[in-house]
Amino acid sequence: MYVAVKGGEAAIANAHRLLADRRRGDRSVPALTLSQIAGQLALAVDRVMAEGSLYDPELAAMAVRQSRGDLIEAIFLIRAYRTTLPRFAATRPIDTAAMVIERRISATYKDVPGGQVLGPTFDYTHRLIEPEMAEDAPVAAPARRDPPEDAGHAPRVTDILGDEALIEADGEGKGAEPADLTRTPLAFPASRDLRLQALARGDEGFLLGLGYSTQRGFGRTHPFVGEIRIGEVEVEVDLPEFGFPVVIGRVRVTECQMVSQFTGSKAVAPKFSRGYGLVFGQLERKAMAMSLVDRALRADAFDEERRAPAQDEEFVLAHCDNVQATGFVEHLKLPHYVDFQAELELLRKMRKAAGATDETVSGSKGDVEVVQ
Amino acid sequence: MTDDPGRRAEAEKRGGARRRTVSAFAQAGAGFLSEAWDRLGAGRTVAVIRGPETGLVMVRGRAGGGGAPFNLGEASVTRASVRLDGETVGHAMVLGRDGERARLAAAFDALWQVEAARGAVEREVVAAVEAAIASADRDRRAETEATKVDFFTMMRGED
Repeated sequence: MYVAVKGGEAAIANAHRLLADRRRGDRSVPALTLSQIAGQLALAVDRVMAEGSLYDPELAAMAVRQSRGDLIEAIFLIRAYRTTLPRFAATRPIDTAAMVIERRISATYKDVPGGQVLGPTFDYTHRLIEPEMAEDAPVAAPARRDPPEDAGHAPRVTDILGDEALIEADGEGKGAEPADLTRTPLAFPASRDLRLQALARGDEGFLLGLGYSTQRGFGRTHPFVGEIRIGEVEVEVDLPEFGFPVVIGRVRVTECQMVSQFTGSKAVAPKFSRGYGLVFGQLERKAMAMSLVDRALRADAFDEERRAPAQDEEFVLAHCDNVQATGFVEHLKLPHYVDFQAELELLRKMRKAAGATDETVSGSKGDVEVVQ
Repeated sequence: MTDDPGRRAEAEKRGGARRRTVSAFAQAGAGFLSEAWDRLGAGRTVAVIRGPETGLVMVRGRAGGGGAPFNLGEASVTRASVRLDGETVGHAMVLGRDGERARLAAAFDALWQVEAARGAVEREVVAAVEAAIASADRDRRAETEATKVDFFTMMRGED
């Protein structure tokens, strides 16, 4: 029997009204402003931009506010927003070597040209909650030091190793248009450009867990952080109305060059291999996790057997998107009354066939719920 | 795409001075542009012929930093085209969703093309924007530089 279910409009409207009330909270407390969110919860905003796959700090701050700080909900809002807009162009690839550096560290070379620059990091803090966070205590201005003449010259560590041919090169930069999973559904096997796009917008927690798994032996890669750099890069677009490329602004990105153990053959001398992480915003953990997973997914390139989850392209790429994941997991809470009734009927038949008594079958509450 | 270095250099050269000025207008704040327009563009008519229209650009990175391009993610942009005094057409694309900023940037692109106004626009807008960017970068570099690690070596053993 099919039972049509209607109703709920008033309940839904009132639920959303209640949501708006709870989101606003105590009216005697000032409402959050977008500049407060973008300025003081900047890393939450960065995560929403990276996984929402849309760089727009103000919009991401709106999404964080609307979602009450539920970042996956905020990411969902950003993804939905972007579908309403036309795409005008693709930019020229950003040049991370020309970044205005805000942080740059290498775990492989102490005396790397350009130096080890810590920037605004949580590293080396004690991870103890500071009592000052309970109040609006004055904050000192940052220390300053005159940069040397060649400031800004910080070659990518992988380029330094590359000069000695100790590390695999970046590969050729020419060829076809890069794959775009926003236009064409994922297909396997995936090219590296498609994988990098998927990972760049993938869920930080999922990729962190996978990256961690490679360190614990599920697809070992013996990684070192060749370099992490954070800072702003120029966005340059070729516009037909001009006929030449123009800079339209800057975006902040985090790049991680993970250097992994050797690969070689009789014909080719052993070299370090590499994994690459690049994300919008200041998201070091995400960039590191991405670079570990990128390296693990390159198993074929190094004749490695794919045995661990992090090496399984379909497993990783099909599940790293938290908007897709939340859609499918959370849809389970929507009404499944009819589906469930079918299962109940089936179960009754099975139990009857197995000789269970009528008494244990009938009178269950399940019948009642189905008819609402 | 213009990944080929030769074609890229050629395109950049073709842009010449206007490439520099358009980039400066795109990175200026709406308040600054509006105030500058009151000074430099007073009495001129600006007719919007396209937009301001908000859309997206796909920002690309390169595998490994210098390898094959891949799609990193999109950025919101706003573009506009205007006709100045019924003659000169100016264009702009700026990051973000501020239509007025895009319209003003396009107006300045048009004004810069007017020979009589070019000098003042170069001085008061282009140079000012570039100086502001350079100054902000200097500040950031100085603050960042203060967090650079100065390694020193502890003497160990007898030598």
